[in-house]
Amino acid sequence: MSAATIVTLPDQATATVPKKNYITSEHGLLSWLLTADHKRIAMLYMISITFFFFIGGAFAGLIRLELLTPQSDLVAADTYNKFFTMHGIVMVFLFLVPSVPATLGNFLIPIMIGAKDLAFPKINLLSWYLYMIGGTLTLSALVLGGVDTGWTFTTPLSTHYLNTHVITAALAIFIAGFSSIFTGLNFIVTLHRMRCPGMTWFRMPLFCWSNYAASLLMVLGTPVLAIAIVLVFLERVFGVGVFDPAKGGDPLLFQHLFWFYSHPAVYIMILPGMGVISEVISTFSRKRVFGYTAVAFSSVAIALFGFFVWEHHMFIMGVSNYSALVFSLLTMLVAVPSAIKIFNWAFTLQKGSITFETPMLYAFGFMGLFTIGGLTGVFLGVLGMDIHLTETYFIVAHFHFVMVGGMLMAFLSGVHFWWPKMTGRMYPESLSKLAAVVTFIGFILTFMPQFILGYLGMPRRYAAYPPEFQVLNVFSTAGATILGVGYMLPMLYLAWSLKYGAVAGNNPWQATGLEWQIQSPPLTENFVETPIMDHEAYDYEWLEKQQTEGAKYIG
Amino acid sequence: MDNSFSAPHYDDTEPLIVHVPALEHHSTPQHRHHFETEEQQREAGSFGMWLFLLTEIMFFGGMFFAYLLYRNWYYPAFAAASNQLSVPLGAINTAILITSGFAMALGVYYAEIRDRKKLVFALVLTTVFGLAFLGVKYFEYKEKYELHHIPGDKFSVAMFVNPHAYELTKDEPPLAPDMAEKTQVFFFLYFAMTGMHALHMIIGLGLLVWLIARARRGDFSTGYVAPIENFGLYWHFVDIVWIFLFPLLYLINRHPLK
Repeated sequence: MSAATIVTLPDQATATVPKKNYITSEHGLLSWLLTADHKRIAMLYMISITFFFFIGGAFAGLIRLELLTPQSDLVAADTYNKFFTMHGIVMVFLFLVPSVPATLGNFLIPIMIGAKDLAFPKINLLSWYLYMIGGTLTLSALVLGGVDTGWTFTTPLSTHYLNTHVITAALAIFIAGFSSIFTGLNFIVTLHRMRCPGMTWFRMPLFCWSNYAASLLMVLGTPVLAIAIVLVFLERVFGVGVFDPAKGGDPLLFQHLFWFYSHPAVYIMILPGMGVISEVISTFSRKRVFGYTAVAFSSVAIALFGFFVWEHHMFIMGVSNYSALVFSLLTMLVAVPSAIKIFNWAFTLQKGSITFETPMLYAFGFMGLFTIGGLTGVFLGVLGMDIHLTETYFIVAHFHFVMVGGMLMAFLSGVHFWWPKMTGRMYPESLSKLAAVVTFIGFILTFMPQFILGYLGMPRRYAAYPPEFQVLNVFSTAGATILGVGYMLPMLYLAWSLKYGAVAGNNPWQATGLEWQIQSPPLTENFVETPIMDHEAYDYEWLEKQQTEGAKYIG
Repeated sequence: MDNSFSAPHYDDTEPLIVHVPALEHHSTPQHRHHFETEEQQREAGSFGMWLFLLTEIMFFGGMFFAYLLYRNWYYPAFAAASNQLSVPLGAINTAILITSGFAMALGVYYAEIRDRKKLVFALVLTTVFGLAFLGVKYFEYKEKYELHHIPGDKFSVAMFVNPHAYELTKDEPPLAPDMAEKTQVFFFLYFAMTGMHALHMIIGLGLLVWLIARARRGDFSTGYVAPIENFGLYWHFVDIVWIFLFPLLYLINRHPLK
């Protein structure tokens, strides 16, 4: 690793964190719970999603512990079902969907486009409360005795055959869904109506573009999940047959409605992460993102194609062969805009002045792991392959490569990248590099064996498995342990850095985005005066010129 | 781009950005500080409302999708069950709802010309017609309850298996018991769709009460019409949902295929 670094910190002997900022502007718990400031709400989200991440992570740990041995010996099979259901629900609806948009997006989008706040600050706060109600209901379903439908709520299993707390969990997801709708709605309106003078669509950072695309999916997809869940709820309460074949219902209808949201939902999860990677790769290569327009439009293309591929979750469920053919083709088409992104990032790196700060390490992790996750998705889009691989550990490995290897890496990359901006303090550099490497190794060790297990035919969602699969499962469990350490580390040292980290100054990375031109942590209304944008977000020559000429300042 | 570019060693204790003097600020009571101008605020509010209505379309869309699917599968059951809905009551309700929508549109107009009294009158009229709609709906639901056509344990298919025994259905052809069971699917969708629609109306009526109180105080007679306008969008959306529900549930396929 090169010794070169772009980190530029102010003189630590004299530097202080600005006394006046969004954190110190008001005091007391109520000033946080009733705030309308997008930055404070982002922080509330940050704390809550971290909490739920570790709840979901604890269940992942229990699942891996059970799978250490071939017999179902740690817990009974139905308890195991509750474990993976709770892991899925918490991770998907309470961590991955809100992760980047509700924390980093909330904090940064208004600043990146030169606005004082999101368009609807009170709705933003409402969305956090809805999230918390959804989260509390999920926890209460857990405490009351759990739910064992799987996160997919498959009917008629969820409507007629289970006597667990399906209604509580369904209600939780319904409410958390509205939180996500409101976040998306707020972002779309903000990006359309709140950009500062001179901030054209094609001068915006790509982070805004990808959050915009994800918001479209949230706004259009989530209501369909909501109605599917309402119908499950009504079917359970009144015992009628919308989805139960015994009473004339069609279980496939539920699958269609559910996946109409839940496939686009994976793009809701990954797109904002891709936005983070665009920012990080550009900053640590000191280059404009290669093919800016292509990357921007590929986000929108992913959002658009993402709505027309849902049936690939249902190839083995007796859908028509002809529609399966079309959906298979469309599924493979989604790989095109994703590949556009990967190639453009690679070309951004080419001949760039690359430095290896922690966010960049996570970004490299993202690029490698997301590529594997994405390409195995193409395997699964192929009809013949899908019949062999679906409902096996191959699927589990595939989506964990995309969601954990991709999204979580991107989230951690973004958290490290903007940590100095959000808190005014640097995280400890060596320790965080160690954490990034540990996470990567732990991840590969956990999920790479699962591809092989799945290919060999180990089904998902069973507490027991044939003894010949044990070696690979032991690898996987060992990897999960390392991965756990990799996730604990950032939580500990980031908390430590809040008090003891080096003072970061306004622009430790020498980055070009508007957010780096204001103080860290920012003021309550971000800018003293409305900025006017006269250049693109990745204009390093502009930055250099500003710094050498010592142009006008605002604080 | 110069490839040998390296970060300048620059002690940035001060942030940098080009700036201009703050844009003109209005100071009306409704103007929220994070918007540059009131015009921007109004546009943002209206845009947000349209987006919200889009999510509502997707929400109702799921039920319309289910309706179309089962209508194709269980055509005779849907025809027979649809015959049990009262077209006159449905038509009256359609008229009531359109009138209510007209009163709402008048309300937006009166807010724009800053006529406080007429605005309050228009909003009250909207509320009265909204309540009338729910009143008619109550009698429709009540009849279904008496005929055991509410899905659930008490649902009875007797009228569809043996229609000649009942005054209401004496001219209807009987359905096979298997198909008659499927009328429950129709009634489930009927109650889910009209119930969800009624729920939206009840929420709308609640908002109307709040708007009337504010309108009486004169909040919307000073050129600040955004809440009235946005509520108008919502109310018209609820009307439009009914405009689709009425033909789908009451009017089409009232006769079994020959």
